[in-house]
Amino acid sequence: MSASGIVARNTEVIERAFDIEGRSLWTDARRRLVKNRAALASIIVLSVIALVAIVVPFFWPYGYADIDYANIACAPDWWPGGDAACFAGGWHIFGMDQNGRDLFVRVLYGARVSLSVGVVATLVSLLIGVTYGAVAGFVGGRVDELMMRLVDVLYSLPFIFFVIILMVVFNQNFFLLFVAIGAVEWLTMARIVRGQTLSTKQKEFIEAARAAGLGTFATIRRHVIPNVLGPVVVYVTLTIPTVILAESFLSFLGLGIQDPLTSWGVLIADGKDHMETAPWMLIFPALFMAVTLFCFNFIGDGLRDALDPKDR
Amino acid sequence: MSKPILQIRDFNVLFDTHDQEVHAVRNLAFDIHEGECVGIVGESGSGKSQLFLGALGLLTANGRATGSVKYRGKELLGLPQRALNKVRGSKITMIFQDPLTALTPHMTIGAQMMEALRTHQHVPYAEAQKRCLEILDLVRMSEARNRMGQYPHELSGGMRQRVMIAMATVCAPDLLIADEPTTALDVTVQAQILEIMRDLQKELKTAIVLISHDMGVIAGMADKVQVMRLGEVVESGTADEVFYAPKHDYTRALLDAMPRIDRPVREGHAILQPLSTIGAETQLLDVEDLKVYFPIKTGGLLFSKTKPLRAVDGVSFSLRQGETLGIVGESGCGKSTLARAVMKLIAKTHGAVVWAGRDLADLQSPDMRNLRKELQIVFQDPLASLDPRMTIGESIAEPLVSLRPELSRADVQDEVRSMMSRVGLDPAWINRYPHEFSGGQNQRVGIARAMIIKPKLIVCDEAVSALDASIQSQIVDLILNLQAEFGMSMIFISHDLSVVRQVAHRVMVLYLGRIVELADRNSIYEDPRHPYTRALIAAVPVPDPKAERGKPHVTLAGELPSPLDSRAQLTFLQSKVIDDPDAEQYRPRLIEVATGHFVAEHDAA
Amino acid sequence: MWPYAIRRVLGAIPTLLIIIALTFFMMHIAPGGPFDAQRHLPPEIEHNIRAAYNLDKPVWEQFLIYLGRLMHGDLGPSFKNHDFTVSQLIEVGLPVSAKLGISAILLAIALGISLGTIAALNQNKATDYGVMGLAMIGITIPTFVTAPVLALIFGIYGLHFFGHDFYLPAGGWNGGALANMILPITVLALPQVAIISRLVRGSMVEVLRSNYVRTARAKGLPNHTVILRHALRAALLPVVSYLGPAIAGLLTGSLIVETIFGIPGIGRYFVEGAINRDYTLVMGVVICYAAFVIFLNLIADILYALLDPRVRFA
Repeated sequence: MSASGIVARNTEVIERAFDIEGRSLWTDARRRLVKNRAALASIIVLSVIALVAIVVPFFWPYGYADIDYANIACAPDWWPGGDAACFAGGWHIFGMDQNGRDLFVRVLYGARVSLSVGVVATLVSLLIGVTYGAVAGFVGGRVDELMMRLVDVLYSLPFIFFVIILMVVFNQNFFLLFVAIGAVEWLTMARIVRGQTLSTKQKEFIEAARAAGLGTFATIRRHVIPNVLGPVVVYVTLTIPTVILAESFLSFLGLGIQDPLTSWGVLIADGKDHMETAPWMLIFPALFMAVTLFCFNFIGDGLRDALDPKDR
Repeated sequence: MSKPILQIRDFNVLFDTHDQEVHAVRNLAFDIHEGECVGIVGESGSGKSQLFLGALGLLTANGRATGSVKYRGKELLGLPQRALNKVRGSKITMIFQDPLTALTPHMTIGAQMMEALRTHQHVPYAEAQKRCLEILDLVRMSEARNRMGQYPHELSGGMRQRVMIAMATVCAPDLLIADEPTTALDVTVQAQILEIMRDLQKELKTAIVLISHDMGVIAGMADKVQVMRLGEVVESGTADEVFYAPKHDYTRALLDAMPRIDRPVREGHAILQPLSTIGAETQLLDVEDLKVYFPIKTGGLLFSKTKPLRAVDGVSFSLRQGETLGIVGESGCGKSTLARAVMKLIAKTHGAVVWAGRDLADLQSPDMRNLRKELQIVFQDPLASLDPRMTIGESIAEPLVSLRPELSRADVQDEVRSMMSRVGLDPAWINRYPHEFSGGQNQRVGIARAMIIKPKLIVCDEAVSALDASIQSQIVDLILNLQAEFGMSMIFISHDLSVVRQVAHRVMVLYLGRIVELADRNSIYEDPRHPYTRALIAAVPVPDPKAERGKPHVTLAGELPSPLDSRAQLTFLQSKVIDDPDAEQYRPRLIEVATGHFVAEHDAA
Repeated sequence: MWPYAIRRVLGAIPTLLIIIALTFFMMHIAPGGPFDAQRHLPPEIEHNIRAAYNLDKPVWEQFLIYLGRLMHGDLGPSFKNHDFTVSQLIEVGLPVSAKLGISAILLAIALGISLGTIAALNQNKATDYGVMGLAMIGITIPTFVTAPVLALIFGIYGLHFFGHDFYLPAGGWNGGALANMILPITVLALPQVAIISRLVRGSMVEVLRSNYVRTARAKGLPNHTVILRHALRAALLPVVSYLGPAIAGLLTGSLIVETIFGIPGIGRYFVEGAINRDYTLVMGVVICYAAFVIFLNLIADILYALLDPRVRFA
């Protein structure tokens, strides 16, 4: 073999010569995510919870506001503690609440509210955060400095207090809840997007695009946005549980969703008040909420590992 | 012969990765004797670094070493850490490649040195301090006493590597393992560090293992050489045997691929076309007194002030059609900034860049975009310069899509495929992504992207610097062949004077943003006039042990001065210095000493 | 360092002013007032009360009056607790909240760093998975679930082993007795322990892979020196950056914990004050919290620069 031939063989490290279709980073990430068992299981569990919350209330024999005075705070039939005051019977598989309402359907309504607040408020934060962060990152210089200074200042505020005041002041308006929570959560999103934009902007391939005659707008569309997307997706999955927590927190304090409509936070607050006599009222909503938050966190972690450039 | 200090037998290093087990080092066996210098040479992936990390128990968690490594008859492999630490860091020490990341950032130099000494030899504090100062003097560290209290980030790269060496020799080891000790450094600093190591070896009789990819560095230091490839030693022998009578094909290929500053032409490789055959005398580019300043904030207690960093400070040159201008200089000399200012990728502060009779400053964006068809650039880091989320086909097509929108998709595809095969890429790979390729292949993609629009000028910004020698040689061949075919002009920027010698018609030497010498390639290498040019050329190691042994390497002592200090540019013209770092200083003029050979004013040596 | 600290303290004043203004106007613009809920008072009496609290003046004038008093350290009277001034209420509540909060954050830092380091040193082993699993639980289960559940287990059911019963008070403050502090501090610290240990593990794993740790090992240093002297300090940087958000999280948690465990801290005043529209009390608590958060952020920044010599006070 000739000298240069050896060198050439040495350098050609591509084994899969027949693999003509390239593996994009997204394809790779999807493959890695599916291989991550915790993340995959979380996706399935979460889908089931969401599906049940959407569909089952339509068929369920009890409505979320239907009161059965005979069965106030009764245990489900299968409850192991023999010390329960009464058993509800029927389809009341999670027992009854302190007003004699079916807990199962209320937990599902809670899921509807919590999940939709989570998704909508996250979208609000996504919108504000991405716009703000992207502008700061692109424009750079003085503007960036000023915009990020503002974020720093806001970061140092105990923001939940403003949300509480806002909720009190505007009488627990449901729509406002989305806005208020989204308005708190956008800060981190803005920071992430700005940092990512800044680092992408300094990459050589952006300079290469300019040398190739691409305009600013085309550069942003073709090169910057696709490269910023990864961390944003990860952060979105991690923001949803934070938002769900924030909403439940407010509802727990009595500042969120109002009776008879409910959310997990409200259910947990009620459960706390009756935990000695009717522990199922605390256990079921808390369990649903914990499982949901677990799932989101596992998916977020899984996505981050899957998209992590260090692994490439 | 004396008994060996280190005896390596049947030695293997293996790594568990997700996909398979990687055999990084295979069945190695060799000895290291007292006081000798063994050079280990190989390209990336040859396992040359993992070899000694494995021998000293420093592999990452997924790696393991098997076989036998005996230090003075005592087996090191499998030794419990406590026992191993009696040898490691005391009898056998290591120097690593990147001195910035290899020193603990939050500990002072002094603390890190003393710690090594006091762990192994229980000397009192004052005694330890004295020993550290002595050894810092030995590695020619200026102001050693003050340095002891400084943090790594406050020192320059060369200074940090001196600290590494001092730290590794303070316990008076039998064996010093230097893993690419000069790779991240400029050539003149490299020459200083190598000389320090040579002197230490003479003075302390320490055996040295020098691991390097650079045959030139090995040639100047090693008594014996081991050539490694893909985890195996393919050839070993004395330096003279390996360099003058290589037996293995791979050694010959490596030597053949090394660019040599003492030889303008590599046999069997593409050669630079003489300007006359490319023909035209047309002046393409005219750069007039170009300046690029960056405002730098300097501290102040309550208020900060800005000082201009003169990255490029009054550079003029011209370029003819088909000509290649090499721009060389050490880090911080402004060579990349100059290129980007010429291409209008960054804004200039002053001066004119005239392309085909039109000043680029006057061009508005539609005209400027048209001009991009004629100016293209190839970057240093092939992977970073490609968008990781685009297929290489899309990347190559990008200039066509944006600058020649009239082309149909099919036409673009055809162009891309034919350019890919022209630069040595299989057109079937068009839908692959950059992370699926090696550095050399990605650099071919970068070149294809620059060439696809058939530009009149290509700027190569350190385009081959990040590549292994053998790949570097292939890419240089490719660039030269493309130039012979398409006749474009080039600005070839590199810190490596040897490569520039092979590709450039004329060479410009930059020092802190100013030209110190500009001449055609033979004049500059054979008749350098400026002391800085001479120092640069003397510092470049040549893969020729006899030549290396005889020549003086260090003609320029000390460090590159801070570019914020206005006196810095007058390093070679001390007679005109006004002693104030903020004063407006005299600018050395360029003097034409022979036809086309310009030299900046300087004090007589 | 000192000029930097002074500059930062001066810089905090406008921030604090913004917070005060924001809170003030938000509370006053809202429909309804502090005396709405009370029985219908004769108009002249209501008028007198409003005049006494300056509520009959334009909002901006009220704001100026408030600021003027604030300069003298006067936070005004509480609208609801008629017998007390806000300063008096805060004087009673703040030490309670501070004792709770500071104990919790110190516990969280100490535990978080230790657990995170242990997990990192045993990367991908059972210990690591165990610690990180627990951390995940700590992050996902909210304070308002852990508080009642722990109160149920330790306060009501109690633990029974070796024929003994172990109970912890499920509520009350009892002058800050240790037994009364255990559950609230645990609940407050739990999420922070979880987050900090995850942070430390992540950065520690990275630092342990760094070149300078390899150099330290190559120098033949004993293991504990390598970890404590070379690795840990760098691994702590993310924790210091996280201190600001940690404090914010802790304050949020304290609202819950003080409410559930019936602890007389300022967090409970805030919730009650907000619901009752006790303007001055809410303002007082917000100013307290904001000053506290800003101060701790400053400490965190200084700490960061002290840990990392590459950062200069700028």
